[in-house]
Amino acid sequence: MTASELSQPAFWPLTLILFLPAIVAAILALPLIPKAKDESIRWIGLVATIVVFVLSLWMGVPSLFGPLGPGQFELGEPGMQAVVKQPWISAFKIEYLLGVDGISMPLVMLTTFLSVLAAAASWPITKHVRAYWILFLLLETGMIGVFVSLDFFLFYVFWEVMLLPMYFLIGIWGGPRREYAALKFFLYTLFGSVLMLLAILMLYFASDLTKLSREQLVAAHVVSGTLGEPALSEAVMAIQTSPTPLHTFNILALSHIGQLPESPFAAMRFWGMSVETWAFLLLLIGFVIKVPVVPVHTWLPDAHVEAPTPISMILAGVLLKLGGYGILRICYPICPGAGLALAWLVCGLGVVSMVYGAFAALAQKDFKRMVAYSSVSHMGYVMLGLGVWSAVEGNLYQSDAWAQGVNGAMFQMLAHGISSAGMFFMVGVLYDRVHHRNLEEFGGIFNRMPLYSSLAVAIFFAGLGLPGMCGFIGEVLVTLSSWNYSRLLAVCSAFTVILTAAYILWAIQRVYLGAEYKGPHGEDLTPMTRRELAIAAPLVVLAILFGVAPQLLFNYVTPTVNQQVETLTAWTRSVHDGSRIEHAASLPASASLSEGSRP
Amino acid sequence: MNPVFDLGTQLSGTINDTLVVSLPHFRPELSLAATIVLLLLCRMLPVARLLDSALVALGGVACGLFFAWSDFRGMPGLDWSGSGAAAISGRLELFGGLLAFDSLTAYIRLLLMGFLVLFILFTKVSGIPDREDGADFYSLVLGSTLGMCLMASANHILMVFMAVEMASVPSYALAGLLKGRKTSSEAALKYAVYGAGAAGIMLYGLSLLAGVLGTCHLPTMAKQLAQLAATGMPGGTGLTLAIGGLMVTAGLAFKLSAVPFHFWCPDVFAGAAAEVGAFLSVASKTAAVALLLRVVYGISVPATGESHGLELAALGETRHFITGVIALMAVLTCTLGNLAAYGQTNMKRLLAYSTIAHAGYLMMGVAAAVALAGHNPAAARAAVSAVCFYLGTYLFMNLAAFAIVALLRNSLRSEEIASYAGLIRTNPGIVVATGIVLVSLIGLPPLAGFVSKFLVFASIMEAVTLSAERPLMLILLVVGGLNTVVSLFYYLRVLKVMAFDPPPAERTAEAFPLVSISGALVTALVVPVVTLGIFWSGLYACARLAGAFAS
Repeated sequence: MTASELSQPAFWPLTLILFLPAIVAAILALPLIPKAKDESIRWIGLVATIVVFVLSLWMGVPSLFGPLGPGQFELGEPGMQAVVKQPWISAFKIEYLLGVDGISMPLVMLTTFLSVLAAAASWPITKHVRAYWILFLLLETGMIGVFVSLDFFLFYVFWEVMLLPMYFLIGIWGGPRREYAALKFFLYTLFGSVLMLLAILMLYFASDLTKLSREQLVAAHVVSGTLGEPALSEAVMAIQTSPTPLHTFNILALSHIGQLPESPFAAMRFWGMSVETWAFLLLLIGFVIKVPVVPVHTWLPDAHVEAPTPISMILAGVLLKLGGYGILRICYPICPGAGLALAWLVCGLGVVSMVYGAFAALAQKDFKRMVAYSSVSHMGYVMLGLGVWSAVEGNLYQSDAWAQGVNGAMFQMLAHGISSAGMFFMVGVLYDRVHHRNLEEFGGIFNRMPLYSSLAVAIFFAGLGLPGMCGFIGEVLVTLSSWNYSRLLAVCSAFTVILTAAYILWAIQRVYLGAEYKGPHGEDLTPMTRRELAIAAPLVVLAILFGVAPQLLFNYVTPTVNQQVETLTAWTRSVHDGSRIEHAASLPASASLSEGSRP
Repeated sequence: MNPVFDLGTQLSGTINDTLVVSLPHFRPELSLAATIVLLLLCRMLPVARLLDSALVALGGVACGLFFAWSDFRGMPGLDWSGSGAAAISGRLELFGGLLAFDSLTAYIRLLLMGFLVLFILFTKVSGIPDREDGADFYSLVLGSTLGMCLMASANHILMVFMAVEMASVPSYALAGLLKGRKTSSEAALKYAVYGAGAAGIMLYGLSLLAGVLGTCHLPTMAKQLAQLAATGMPGGTGLTLAIGGLMVTAGLAFKLSAVPFHFWCPDVFAGAAAEVGAFLSVASKTAAVALLLRVVYGISVPATGESHGLELAALGETRHFITGVIALMAVLTCTLGNLAAYGQTNMKRLLAYSTIAHAGYLMMGVAAAVALAGHNPAAARAAVSAVCFYLGTYLFMNLAAFAIVALLRNSLRSEEIASYAGLIRTNPGIVVATGIVLVSLIGLPPLAGFVSKFLVFASIMEAVTLSAERPLMLILLVVGGLNTVVSLFYYLRVLKVMAFDPPPAERTAEAFPLVSISGALVTALVVPVVTLGIFWSGLYACARLAGAFAS
């Protein structure tokens, strides 16, 4: 790596956002601060997360900082931006390849934002403060890394880097059953990621860069577009004329290869199933464990309930989004054939978890467990929205409904990041005071803590999907879009809205309303502190803001999502047309018939 | 022709071969041998007695390391940038074909010498052996390593047997090093009896092979076998060869501690000192894997020559057989090692089973290499490189693990996992170091163990796509993946005890702090585990060169 490469404008913003938390963690690990100064460790950690958040704002919302400069995110531009490309392991062509687009940029900002709030919510943690903050900051690097990696190997590294800090954060600072919950979380995720590793290897060895055109190579950043003319052509020629297949871990290049008319992923077969289908299924298992989807969701209630409040906020706000992000970024673009064939599976899983999660939430006696199951239910909408591949022949390749579904799913992910983190924080505030979470023993909190209760009710309404709050937009878009794909699923998801209203309203009634609080530790119900208010207020403000001005998020999401959906729709059309032409060659009579039957 | 004249050329040829060709490539072994003699001589002289034998050994081994490094550096085709230029094995036959010098020899010798340097430093810090036993201990260790260097370069079945014995016999004595301790003597006896049995079986198998093929020189054996296979074997020959091969496998499996020849391993590791465990689990395993590669490749992949293609095709059946045997053994070894480790309460026993499990992963890589050899030589080379890379990272991971056990034993007087409870409160540094090592042994990024597993799994995946052994390789892949998940349980349990459990009330001794010589040693061993997980191009370039032996 030469100095001139390091000084390229796009290198630093993403790299800093990504590694600053880890660097601060490393500094905290040095015994520079004496043991007694826990307070200063907390401040260093909080300031680090704030700096990272401001950096991500500088990148993502450049208008706050003056005119658009290099390395900043340009709204409305669907492709990858601020790409960082450095060779890492040349023997396998593994690169340090980062970039953000309309899908990942808002998720990165969500991550850095929730990290600040979770850091502020970490003040009550008094056990092993230094270790806590080191793990917390490492976790932040891992989460951001997953969202910005464009190299599959790098993606996998960050995906796994998150596991260990999370294991310890739940296992050391968690509730009474923390060891069980931490191990369960680790095992489920590791199982999924081993399957993911197999899929990555499968795709790697099936991939072949020589099949891509010059434009595709440049678009996928296999060849840097900033090269001068002779060098660029030479690099492209060197790839295209290679006598042996050139394998790649580049996620963008893999997507281009997967969408080729004669994709090697579809051609190579194992036991009757194409590589594409195998990889899609393996990746899907890995991702839906993280989402999580019924029936692999059982780690989530345990992990959420046992984790300390800030970690619950991170878990619900960010970690669950990684699964949805993976499906959107990796499963569909790389394995479109399998995605089309298995759309029913993704949608079905989504609706099952939606309904099951809602019923399970209704049945809970533990406040935090109820919120955890509400996450399962809400993430079901994300799955449904991502899965509604309705742009098929019977639908005249209309991509609108599908694009609406994917946009809705993206919005739902971001909205749920705000509302679920808020809900977990609100539960945590109460738990810090009365040290129990039994829904039966609450009641009358409104009288004792009016400010807290009004903020909490606002956040719970956002989770409910009240119009005018952020939860509403995503659910409505997904439900509408699924109508085109399957009426039954649409009816189910609409019906779930009633269930959601039921369990949230019932919880509000049992906790906040009522005459007076009769449970244990009633004398400790002190008003919200300023720190707590500083955490809750931004969440409530954003929940309302995104509810009334959803275009704030759609401005980011829509261009990229629409482009991806249109590309995949064009792919569907070409594949279907291709197979119909093939069909027509063998059976001319039926072909003309099917031509005639089209309106 | 005049026989006298013939003898003359023969003699001068031999002298020339020994002095000009062989000995210059034998300097690391020679320095080991010289150090052993020096260690024993120092005992005789009253003045030299004052000299610390660890220092003498360290000096000799450092010399060996220098020679091994300069041999390795001198190999043509070492390509640091990994840009894809073909590495060259640079194969030479030494001592009239008894030994082979090529990139694998150079690489394994480099690993062994590097290991010895770290190992001697480690024993110096940990205090076993004491001054009295020093000379015995180090001459045994060096003698055993000499045998291991020969294992890595054996090209003749006589040398195979001699090298295995030369490596094993000193190990038996090492296992019994803790004199007056019942468990230690028991371990030594068990090891010796098992070892003798395995050696006998192996010798019998070797004689069967040599008898049928009419030669002891491995490349010639491959040629003979190819001829036999091409012309059709007379009745019974195939069976004899298969039985001979299985018997040789038994001997190799004993050195690899592969199931079902692993029974000695947990008992020996638990009974012997942790230092000896480190030696057996790293050096012995490294040499055994190298020998497995040598024998398997020697007999089933013919040397390049004019009839290479025909011979390679003729040996397809042999490779199919070998792949099956090794893959089956790898599956059993890996699974049993991981399952059995789950119930262990003693850290050394747990590490013994972990060693067994890792032998399984390594054998999976070897199986993939053999499966690929006939179909895609480049992919087969990559598989061998993956195994070599694994050996390189395994050195640091396991040495660090055993070093932590030994140093904690010195301060806690216990090797039970339960006695590590709550160490995080008093010694966060050592818990972090243990955590890094154990997580690397699980194989999670960004640590060295992950890269090793990744490379091995990648080779198996390549064997799934390219070789004819598709179902078998897929089984390997699935078993390897599931085993990674299973291994999580027992490695994490150690961490759980250290980090989550409250410390025992009766603990009096403090564990050693990280800012000390012991701490510096642990740090020096753990830092490569992290850096090799992130910047692994350099080691992989070396491993690629080593893998070129398979061309």
